Amino acid sequence: MSGAPRERLSPLIAIAAGVGLAFLVLPLVALAIRAPWGTLPQLLTSGPVLQALGLSLLTALLSTALCLVFGIPLALLLSQSARWRLLPRRLLRAAITVPLVLPPVVGGIALLLLLGRRGLVGQFFADAGLGIPYTTGAVVIAQTFVAMPFLVFAVEGALGAADRRTEGAAATLGADRWQVFRYVTVPLVAPGVAAGAVLCFTRALGEFGATITFAGSLPGVTRTLPIASYLALQTDPEAAIALALLLLVVSVAVLVGLRDRWLPGVRA
Amino acid sequence: MKRSHAVATGVVLALLTGCAPAGTDGVGPGSEGNGTEILDPATGTITVFAAASLTEVFGVLETKFEERHPSADVVLSFGGSGSLATQIVEGAPADVFAAASEAPMATVTDAGDAADSAVFTTNTLEIAVPAGNPAGVEGLADLADPALAIALCDPSVPCGAATETLMHLAGLLPSPDTLEQDVKAVLTKVELGEADAGLVYVTDVISAGPKVEGIPVPEAAAVISRYPIAVLTGAPNPAAARAWLDFVLSDDGQAALTAAGFVAP
Repeated sequence: MSGAPRERLSPLIAIAAGVGLAFLVLPLVALAIRAPWGTLPQLLTSGPVLQALGLSLLTALLSTALCLVFGIPLALLLSQSARWRLLPRRLLRAAITVPLVLPPVVGGIALLLLLGRRGLVGQFFADAGLGIPYTTGAVVIAQTFVAMPFLVFAVEGALGAADRRTEGAAATLGADRWQVFRYVTVPLVAPGVAAGAVLCFTRALGEFGATITFAGSLPGVTRTLPIASYLALQTDPEAAIALALLLLVVSVAVLVGLRDRWLPGVRA
Repeated sequence: MKRSHAVATGVVLALLTGCAPAGTDGVGPGSEGNGTEILDPATGTITVFAAASLTEVFGVLETKFEERHPSADVVLSFGGSGSLATQIVEGAPADVFAAASEAPMATVTDAGDAADSAVFTTNTLEIAVPAGNPAGVEGLADLADPALAIALCDPSVPCGAATETLMHLAGLLPSPDTLEQDVKAVLTKVELGEADAGLVYVTDVISAGPKVEGIPVPEAAAVISRYPIAVLTGAPNPAAARAWLDFVLSDDGQAALTAAGFVAP
């Protein structure tokens, strides 16, 4: 398709696309315009802000790692489910999609009911003195819960587009299952994994509802940047705008910077 | 309440033209059948922004108000008083603001979004524990115990500011495991048994029912939360907003607040 002639969009579609783009971008422009640029350096270098930023980056990295460890195998399973019968296939896909469409606060409540101090599983941890809520680990769990589908679907898409026959070829050449996975499948879907990881990381970075419901909000332990931003809105809207701007800049930097670095020349 | 056709038509006209009657003097419900066609000022949508701790009692008041003013529709929006104040200053089209402390109301009046406000009720803090009090919490000193799971309001919201003052007065350094964004979030943590104890308002313990037990805090009598209410200058429906405010301040309104555990100022 590389030599396809350039198509011109019909004016109607171009206008609608322009409105759509403006709708997505203008709120962020307003945020940048209203930002208290004069006091921004002081606001953003204060102890609590740096603490929240550090915690956000740490937890988002950890949850991205967890998403990679469990999400890639899950994507392989999902890809394989194409050969399953209709009902289990649809159930699997629905189960992976649910965190994507669930209001995050509901996800947080569900996590509490499973892993909370009185949760189905969490009570045993609590009895052993290892309460999960109110810990940084709980933040990572909440972020992993909401971010995992992004990775799974990105990798599944890459698997679907890849030529899987090379895996069979590797097997006939004597590679064992792990070697096929490690040296053939993973490189094959690397672009999907990278794109998924970036989405995963930015989604984890912005996570609010599930985190505050499941993990709570304590400076230095569970108060990530989005929660700090929301609380700042209660008393100091300027600080809230500054925090939101910081979150926006980090997210955009990751999306633009890393994606291009990891995926040179890759087109959708 | 029966309405004559003329009154109904008048209401529709008022809605269409957007001009509600200006004065409220002597105008009230029960004006039907006297031939003077005095309009009930409480028509149309009244948007009320209210503190999270008012959730249940304003729900009760809404039902009563709409029974008296069938052509009025009260729309309640609850949240942390501070974030509601921010929304109002940013131009949210609300008619009435009821806050859980005077600081967020000051934000609104300072910005010129309300001319004056009146304190309509008060509330005090109480310790809430899950039913059965599994951790054996007895008083404020337990909130300083790092071994317990403690949920408090963040100091940036009114219940958190009151908590801070109370703990300071008691000479205690609290040991919270989470600082929540509003008082209902603290209550939820206690209801689910995820917190051994939390500081909420007396009214929250009552509204939570049997899932939560209250442990009175004698020291809290020194930290009364005063709730101001105001009609906003940018109210889209000022006459009806005034009627809602008058109703909250009326004997009936105050009776409902008392039943919910609030104390008249």
